[in-house]
Amino acid sequence: MPVAKSIYDRKRRPLDFFIHAVIYFCSFLSILILAVIVGYVSIRGVSSVNWAFLTSVPSTIKGTFGIAGNIINTLYIIVITLIIAVPFGVGAAIYLNEYARPGRIVRLIEFTTETLAGIPSIIFGLFGYVFFGLTLKLGFSILTGSFTLAIMVLPLITRNTQEALRTVPSSYCSGALGIGATKWYMIRTILLPSAMPGIITGIILSIGRIVGESAALLFTAGSGYLLPKLGTYGEGLLEKILQPGGTLTIQMYLSMEKAKYDAAFGIAFVLLLIVLGINMLTKFLSHKFSVNKR
Amino acid sequence: MSDKSFSIIGNYKTKKTVEKVAAYIFTACALVTVLAVFSITLYMIISGTPAIFKVGLLEILFGRVWMPTAAEPSYGIFYVILTSLFGTSLAILIGVPIGLMTAVFLAETAPRPLAGIVRPAVELLAGIPSVIYGLIGILILNPIIYKLELAIFKDSSTHQFTGGSNLISAVLVLAIMILPTVINISEASIKAVPEHYKHASLALGATKIQTIFKVIIPAAKSGIVTAIVLGVGRAIGEAMAISLVAGNKANIPLPFNSVRFLTTAVVSEMSYSADIHKQVLFTIGLVLFAFIMIINLILNALMKGGKKDAGR
Repeated sequence: MPVAKSIYDRKRRPLDFFIHAVIYFCSFLSILILAVIVGYVSIRGVSSVNWAFLTSVPSTIKGTFGIAGNIINTLYIIVITLIIAVPFGVGAAIYLNEYARPGRIVRLIEFTTETLAGIPSIIFGLFGYVFFGLTLKLGFSILTGSFTLAIMVLPLITRNTQEALRTVPSSYCSGALGIGATKWYMIRTILLPSAMPGIITGIILSIGRIVGESAALLFTAGSGYLLPKLGTYGEGLLEKILQPGGTLTIQMYLSMEKAKYDAAFGIAFVLLLIVLGINMLTKFLSHKFSVNKR
Repeated sequence: MSDKSFSIIGNYKTKKTVEKVAAYIFTACALVTVLAVFSITLYMIISGTPAIFKVGLLEILFGRVWMPTAAEPSYGIFYVILTSLFGTSLAILIGVPIGLMTAVFLAETAPRPLAGIVRPAVELLAGIPSVIYGLIGILILNPIIYKLELAIFKDSSTHQFTGGSNLISAVLVLAIMILPTVINISEASIKAVPEHYKHASLALGATKIQTIFKVIIPAAKSGIVTAIVLGVGRAIGEAMAISLVAGNKANIPLPFNSVRFLTTAVVSEMSYSADIHKQVLFTIGLVLFAFIMIINLILNALMKGGKKDAGR
């Protein structure tokens, strides 16, 4: 019985249902993977994390294993890397957004920023080893590692700062320039303070990258795990910069290599907590200072 | 700085100098990136080429035996290159469809509360350090793959059992690791498709799924291709996550063979290598760098093409 087709007769498409199911399945895969990682690391890691684990260093004499030295090394590397990278990164963003005129130089800078962002960390590691370690004779040291990572996080800071500068309403800047402020004065007193939340977000993202980095540090910062020796005037704190120092990720990798999985899981748990904290901090910042919210 | 420079009616001369200096400083900052890329390229070439002259380009690139510490050392990295290419392609084949579907979910079909769970999960996945992926790979993935291996090669007398550390495990880890990149970029490009495309298609009677796969995804093509290329870059450059998962023997890249990638070769041997062996490792780094630069050039071309599309 042929019936004229009406547009009200919805054709059932079983394929649609199937594809919907596939889409849902794929999306839940991400949640599943995350749940497995976080769950497994927490279950196996939480038991190795205690006060002694966080405050001692590995010692065969005392029979202890702890990550205090690695935590200190990580902090050293974060601070030194940021001291080097932030001024250059922010400066480059200011140049690109405020000073540069479209042309060959800007295209070159943007291309190299893209390139730098795409270079894998192992290449940075090799470069840092050859250039800072061997050519500049810094050897395996926290300074070598920091220089290497500074180049690595440079694009991250530049891009985030550029984004932040773009969100500053142009009326602020024209207003300042209009009442006679010079350009640098305007940048210093109007532009940078207004863009500060975005810049800080970039810095926090860089901290996340530094904390999680391992391949770039293996051949540059080395694998020391001792605490800095405090001299009478604390000069040991500065000497530490020229000594090798493995971060948490490096120590974790070395533990994995030796199949000491309990220690590895302990460090993994600490790392996960840090990553989680950084993630929430950036969320909080971007939420609080989002332009749309104001 | 004196109080004068803070005033609008300051000394014109000092202000002009300050302005000029500031402009120079910012220009210099911007050129640091150029300098960095230039010196990385230079040093990769300087440290990667000596081995080529000593061992021979063809012997390194197409040699099939990797025995750097033998009495008569042999430095062929053909299988290593092949593993990186093959492993990356497999990871892309697995990761991109899943990532693209998730991107479609987030941008088009997800009910709000569900998107509110998936999106943070993806963000967190992006932030997890690669060594943790490696740890999970060793302790969860490897045993599973080992069981599979035991089942498949039960009767084989020639198969060398890998205990689960083989190409498949590494590929799965890589596929997971490229997910966030693929999802984020594809989602952004799907969202950038003009609304009226979608409305027109729906008004013509297409179902939502038809609209997504026949209108929106083709329109977002250039962004999705960018996502894939970025994914390739991530997968080919990943080292720490797979160095303990892949097994680490320079074999033919077959799914259940213990294999060695360009990256893992460097990571695992750098610490004890010397002389020519070390130089060859730098050549491996140079090969990897060449691949990355090719990927970057492709990306750059894509971005330019994308800009032209947007300008239409």
